[in-house]
Amino acid sequence: MKSLGSIRRDFSPWNDPNAKPYIQFDKVTKKFGDFTAVNNLSLTIFEREFFALLGASGCGKSTLLRMLAGFEEPSAGRILLDGQDLRGIPPYKRPVNMMFQSYALFPHMTVEKNIAFGLKQEGMPGPDIEKRVAEMLKLVKLEQFAKRKPHQLSGGQRQRVALARSVAKRPKVLLLDEPLGALDKKLREETQFELMDLQQELGLTFVVVTHDQEEAMTMADRIAIMDKGEVMQVATPAEIYEAPASRFVAHFVGNVNMFEGKVAEHMTSTTRITGATGAQIVVDNGSNAAAGSDIVFAIRPEKIKVSSKKPADAVNALEGEVYDVAYLGDMTVYHIKLDDGQMVRASALNASRITEDPLTWNDRAWVSFRPDAGVVLTR
Amino acid sequence: MTDIAATAAPSTETATLPARLATGFVNRLVIIVPYLWLLFFFLVPFIIVFKISLSQTAISMPPYTPVLGFKDGISGFFAGVRELNFDNYTWLTQDALYFNAYVTSLVIAGISTILTLIVGYPIAYGMARAPATIRPTLLMLVILPFWTSFLIRVYAWIGILKPEGLLNQVLLATGLISQPLVILNTYTAIFIGIVYSYLPFMVLPLYSSLEKMDYSLIEAAQDLGCPPTGAFWKITFPLSLPGVVAGCLLVFIPAVGEFVIPDLLGGSQTLMIGKTLWNEFFSNRDWPVSSAVAVILLLVLTIPIMFFQQAQAKAQEQGR
Repeated sequence: MKSLGSIRRDFSPWNDPNAKPYIQFDKVTKKFGDFTAVNNLSLTIFEREFFALLGASGCGKSTLLRMLAGFEEPSAGRILLDGQDLRGIPPYKRPVNMMFQSYALFPHMTVEKNIAFGLKQEGMPGPDIEKRVAEMLKLVKLEQFAKRKPHQLSGGQRQRVALARSVAKRPKVLLLDEPLGALDKKLREETQFELMDLQQELGLTFVVVTHDQEEAMTMADRIAIMDKGEVMQVATPAEIYEAPASRFVAHFVGNVNMFEGKVAEHMTSTTRITGATGAQIVVDNGSNAAAGSDIVFAIRPEKIKVSSKKPADAVNALEGEVYDVAYLGDMTVYHIKLDDGQMVRASALNASRITEDPLTWNDRAWVSFRPDAGVVLTR
Repeated sequence: MTDIAATAAPSTETATLPARLATGFVNRLVIIVPYLWLLFFFLVPFIIVFKISLSQTAISMPPYTPVLGFKDGISGFFAGVRELNFDNYTWLTQDALYFNAYVTSLVIAGISTILTLIVGYPIAYGMARAPATIRPTLLMLVILPFWTSFLIRVYAWIGILKPEGLLNQVLLATGLISQPLVILNTYTAIFIGIVYSYLPFMVLPLYSSLEKMDYSLIEAAQDLGCPPTGAFWKITFPLSLPGVVAGCLLVFIPAVGEFVIPDLLGGSQTLMIGKTLWNEFFSNRDWPVSSAVAVILLLVLTIPIMFFQQAQAKAQEQGR
């Protein structure tokens, strides 16, 4: 069975035409004075989905989250949660909870009281609160810190308290604003997996805002790439990476080589592309572009093979010179300057300790790739 | 941390003993300056006042019998010690006037402090939530009254509050009242005067504690199901308590001993300790008794504050 990317996904309600959307942004626009933070945006999120909003700062992703939480009202459009229009419902009456980027723990309350705060507002009876708080403390492994105040905790512990507090009420949706932004790299990686486990365990719908693509790729079922208040693409991490919908998305996530060119001709199952600098490329997924139209061929560095001799069976092989080499341990990155002037970035996994065909600066080299290694982008 | 220790250690080891003593002395000198200030301008005057409070009135210059001098040498000093008595303090307990004045002062200062807090909190809150660009202007406006003499500002209130004053004229003209209100020379006028005069002392500490507060805490409280009013009492107010306490002390302490406001706005029948003190001192020329009044006032104010601060320090140690 073939699949895009390396993971087979059993959870994919977005491919099911009968699946009921859980959160729906319907033509939502948000303006702050003259500035349009979110522009006519439509988006659907499904129940139990781990959804990531990914974009650079100022792209409107946080505004989207704040509108869902009720801190901002859309200037136009509707937001539906489980079929209910959220317009006019204040934040304290919405069945969603948010984990703040700054954690926003109440400094004058103990860890215990912080977690119990939301439950008390709900009017939950005392013994039930105690039970739930104990459960939450166990979940985030902070049992022995129940009586501490936030300032007596480390950054990672505070993050867990914030998490426990926001899931204690069992919200329909948990909103996470840069949940791992304040943690150091190692702790961040550990916490990513913990968050995923937690989401599975509680069966909640998570909407996370992040600017860190690795974080989004690791955790999310689907990612929405945002730019200037608009959604550029909504897809699984593998689709985003392997089949980006536009130049922007291809550029935004990971490294990519772009060949400007025209569609020369459509053949039976393949398409021939003539690069702007003369390179001839044959691909098997170019049928979306009309013959003669301007396109961009995008290919990821790790899909390109570098060798000192022209590979005998290669459909696409281009000659050039090694311009730069970087040995990173787990892989080696080559910058090859093709004879037509185009610069190509290629990376090779160092799967064995000894390399048969070592290359160095200024060596002649061939870059080759399969017809299905890249994508043809029309926008 | 380690860097500083590493570079500092050799220099102290190599420094000679006199050099080290010299640096130690210079370091101490810096701390000594404020202590000397307090010694000469606070402790010494207090001791003088305390000494006067133990003497007797006399028709002389100054108007009290000399006590505790070294004119007759050490033996004279000890003879003086034996003659010391607390007659003036006993006198204070015998005349209900003093007790009443103390109580009235504390009650008036207490009520005024609460009123100032009620008026000042919304002002400080509004300032702290105002756009950052206009905050300096608002702060300036709060401080602006200090640029005019305190006395003139209190006099101005006479013009506003008197029966034929500005306030009554406006109220009569609008038809809200048919008879002029009697405000001047009542306790109401004193409250108005104190609230007006001490408002900045309440607003500034409140503003500084509210301004520091992270607004996302309020959003978090609302997100967890707490309506805005609840969020105020559960989050904003408890977190602004240090500001509330500081502001209340800054208003309450000077208000207890306030003399100008009750004298100008409260009329002759108001009995506050500051006025009593002034009368004893200048009208009766009874320096020893007025000194005793001052010493007791100081004790009444400082002892509770000391206990309060001790409790606060203890609470701080236990982690806020």
